[in-house]
Amino acid sequence: MSTADGRTAPALALEDLRVTFPSAQGPVSAVDGVSLELRPGEILGLVGESGCGKSTLANAAMGLLPDTAEVSGAVRLGEQELTALDEKALRRVRGDEVAMVFQDPSTSLDPVWTVGDQVAETIRAHRDVSRREAKERAVQLMKEVGIPSAEQRYADPPHRLSGGMRQRIVIAAALANDPAVLIADEPTTALDVTIQAQILRLLDGLRERRGTAVLLITHDLGVVAQVCDRVAVMYAGQLVEVATTEQVFAQPAHPYTEALLRAVPGTGEPGSELAVIPGQVPDLSSPPAGCRFAPRCPFGTDACATRPALLGNESGDDATGAVACWHPRTPRARRQEVTAS
Amino acid sequence: MSVTDLPDVAPVAARPPAKRARRSLTIGLVLLGVLVLIAVLAPVLAPHDPDTVDPNRVLGSPDGSYLLGADDFGRDVLSRTIFALRVSLLVAVSSVVVATLVAVPLGLVAGYFGGWVDTLVSRPLDMILVLPALLLALSLITILGPGSTVAALAIAVIYLPILARVMRASTLVTSQQDYVLAARARGAGHLATMLRHVLPNSVGPVAVQASVLTGFALQLEAALSFLGLGTQPPTPSLGGMLAEGRDVLSLAPWLEIVPGVAIALAVLSFLLIGDGLRRSLDPEGVAS
Amino acid sequence: MNRLTFVLRRLALTIPVLWVMTLFVFLIIHLIPGDPVRTMLGFRATPENVATARHQLGLDEPLWRQYVDWLGGLLHGDLGTDLISHAPLSELLSQRLPVTLELTVLSMLLAIVIGVPLGALAAVGNRRARSLTDGLVVLGVSIPDFWLGIMLVLLFAATLGWLPPSGYVPFSDDPAGNLRYMVLPVATLAAAEAAYILRTTRGAMEAVLGRPSMTYLRAKGISPFRMVAGHGLRNAAPTVVTVIGIQFGVLLGGAIVVETLFGLPGVGRLIVTSINQRNYPVVQAGVLAVATLFVLVSLLVDLVVAWLDPRVADGVGT
Repeated sequence: MSTADGRTAPALALEDLRVTFPSAQGPVSAVDGVSLELRPGEILGLVGESGCGKSTLANAAMGLLPDTAEVSGAVRLGEQELTALDEKALRRVRGDEVAMVFQDPSTSLDPVWTVGDQVAETIRAHRDVSRREAKERAVQLMKEVGIPSAEQRYADPPHRLSGGMRQRIVIAAALANDPAVLIADEPTTALDVTIQAQILRLLDGLRERRGTAVLLITHDLGVVAQVCDRVAVMYAGQLVEVATTEQVFAQPAHPYTEALLRAVPGTGEPGSELAVIPGQVPDLSSPPAGCRFAPRCPFGTDACATRPALLGNESGDDATGAVACWHPRTPRARRQEVTAS
Repeated sequence: MSVTDLPDVAPVAARPPAKRARRSLTIGLVLLGVLVLIAVLAPVLAPHDPDTVDPNRVLGSPDGSYLLGADDFGRDVLSRTIFALRVSLLVAVSSVVVATLVAVPLGLVAGYFGGWVDTLVSRPLDMILVLPALLLALSLITILGPGSTVAALAIAVIYLPILARVMRASTLVTSQQDYVLAARARGAGHLATMLRHVLPNSVGPVAVQASVLTGFALQLEAALSFLGLGTQPPTPSLGGMLAEGRDVLSLAPWLEIVPGVAIALAVLSFLLIGDGLRRSLDPEGVAS
Repeated sequence: MNRLTFVLRRLALTIPVLWVMTLFVFLIIHLIPGDPVRTMLGFRATPENVATARHQLGLDEPLWRQYVDWLGGLLHGDLGTDLISHAPLSELLSQRLPVTLELTVLSMLLAIVIGVPLGALAAVGNRRARSLTDGLVVLGVSIPDFWLGIMLVLLFAATLGWLPPSGYVPFSDDPAGNLRYMVLPVATLAAAEAAYILRTTRGAMEAVLGRPSMTYLRAKGISPFRMVAGHGLRNAAPTVVTVIGIQFGVLLGGAIVVETLFGLPGVGRLIVTSINQRNYPVVQAGVLAVATLFVLVSLLVDLVVAWLDPRVADGVGT
């Protein structure tokens, strides 16, 4: 394990976050003991198949889950402990210090409000400014996210804008109060490929200009490759690997990460076949006791019946990452495992 | 799939649809059953002849023999209500049955074929809806003269476009279902496909609407009779009884209360049946 | 498509509707089986009387000629003549229509003031609030409006003596007296309407509040009050206004009964009396006036809906 070495405090830190939903089959453990740090000014990709709990994780961090969800663990935004706040206090934080961008802008935005008012609304919800000031600021934000002739577009309803422009509005509203953290949940999934790249470049530029830390949730490793500094891989509610983007793509340590990479066209070795991960995602109302990937893992052994910890140097030294596996696929991680045990 | 990522919002206040549907249906059917039984057995149940005038009993208060009192001709209010219920139910049910029998084929053809057939069927029907319902009824009564048959006919004409619209909309959806396309692909003719596959799967919403409309038809008939334009005296009708009793309202309030409660209960039974049918057909409450 | 185009197109659509209506109203008198003039005047009328009336109504002309003349008259504000009083009908209607308008508009306003807030509250309320409003709606819809009116008269006029049981004074003569006469009719007509509006508002609000955009608003830190009032009601408004427009037709029908019940000199009561007197030209003019009013209200409602929901004018599905 790395020791504290004077690194800056994380913008957002999750500690042993757990989310359980009631269901007819018994409680479903959607997020199971995730600890993760988002550093100021970085873009951290949170990757996994749909259903792995990554959106639940994001909603839990924002305190947006319904009352039926049982959440434990800690969510720290800077110095604040969010899980300790009541709804009213959380409301002051949401949209101000931490903002969120959802997958589909056409279902996020209010169809009968003008797009500009929806940006201004976020400002006025948190800042004591006049209607006019809010409007001026909203127009500026719309310009910043690359909406042409923003003054005219201000009074347009969402349906007059293209999908990409709508997502820019959502991003403008998210940035309205200059949040320290932006959580983007599949922000490009509903968009065309060319528009996707534009939105990703926009996020990258904003991070650079404003120093906003971005947690980018996606199922698409192509998106990760384009903008992320680091990657966290999630499987069945657990974090299986955290490393820099280069490491993950060059030397994936977890067999699941490796399988995921092989399932993406153009990322595996030249000439290799597009692989499908055999087996099924486990039933989270009665997950495997040990490593949740073990039933599908080609390298599984008896050891995998015990849950492997997420071990390694996931923060300080960028030469190594962290992995939760008894049989990691790379020597660097294997050495970590030895030193750790 | 075991678990999906959380949908953006939890469904609003989930209700147990099946239970409520059963409750509405049961209460509605029992209530209607009792009313229909009373109407059918009117000659047996009525303690007096509804038309017998008794000068000694004019505006008589309720007593042992005249349980609900007597009207301004000394006729027994209970007996008249029982016979009036008979007329009102008959007019309401027959008007909606007639409207449904015409509307279902029209809506079926319009929704199944679409295109110009749809236009040909739907446009003229839409025109009927331009006039407010009661105004249309009054116009028809102006032409054909007052009476319960004309009232029933007028109500049928008013409800025809509404029921045809519902049938058309429901057919539009059904016609695109795989089993319908499959039937066509197997070489089934239009008529056979419509009758065997589309019709049975499309009439549900029409049944819901028809049952609700029967309740409103009852109200309409009562309103027309109240205006003196529906069922004509001396035949007892619920609306007519209300009109007759209005002038002696403070002397004999029972003349107004009894028929009114009868109408409200009958309307309620049809609304409950409609509500129960809707809930069991559409448990998510989408189409309401 | 811009708003002006939409407004113009919607206005243009009104013209054929109005035309079909005139055709229908014109035909009322001609579809009466037998000789309408004989029916009108009764069997004791002399042949001269019949001939005069026939000529007065223009019934001795070919049908198309009669229609063209009648329509031409309409366009010049000439609605025909009362067969009994021989007064011009345009004058008669200009006295009667304001009464009907006052009754229906006040009733609709009362129904909106009751139905919309209760519907919104029920949509955000708990299970008990929902059951309570369910009960109110069923009650409001099941009870026939004229019976409710009779019961209100029994209670507030006959028993308590607080309000007059029937009658009317024009607002211009005595505003306070006018309103006193209007209380019971308006309450009668508004009750069922309020139930409908409540149910519509609740349904529309529930649909809006179940949308993903509500989570998005929470993520922006918007207060629950603003979510319900600013976004929920605002999004439910087009649906509610559409239903209000449709229900206005029902209200106009109800006004016929309520005017008769409370002795209000409106167009509805005029139509009913005229049917009984076989005064067909008056029936024609009355039906035409009320139907035109309904068409104009529908037009207004469509324009308001388009203004409330920008997707309508742009022809985008909602």
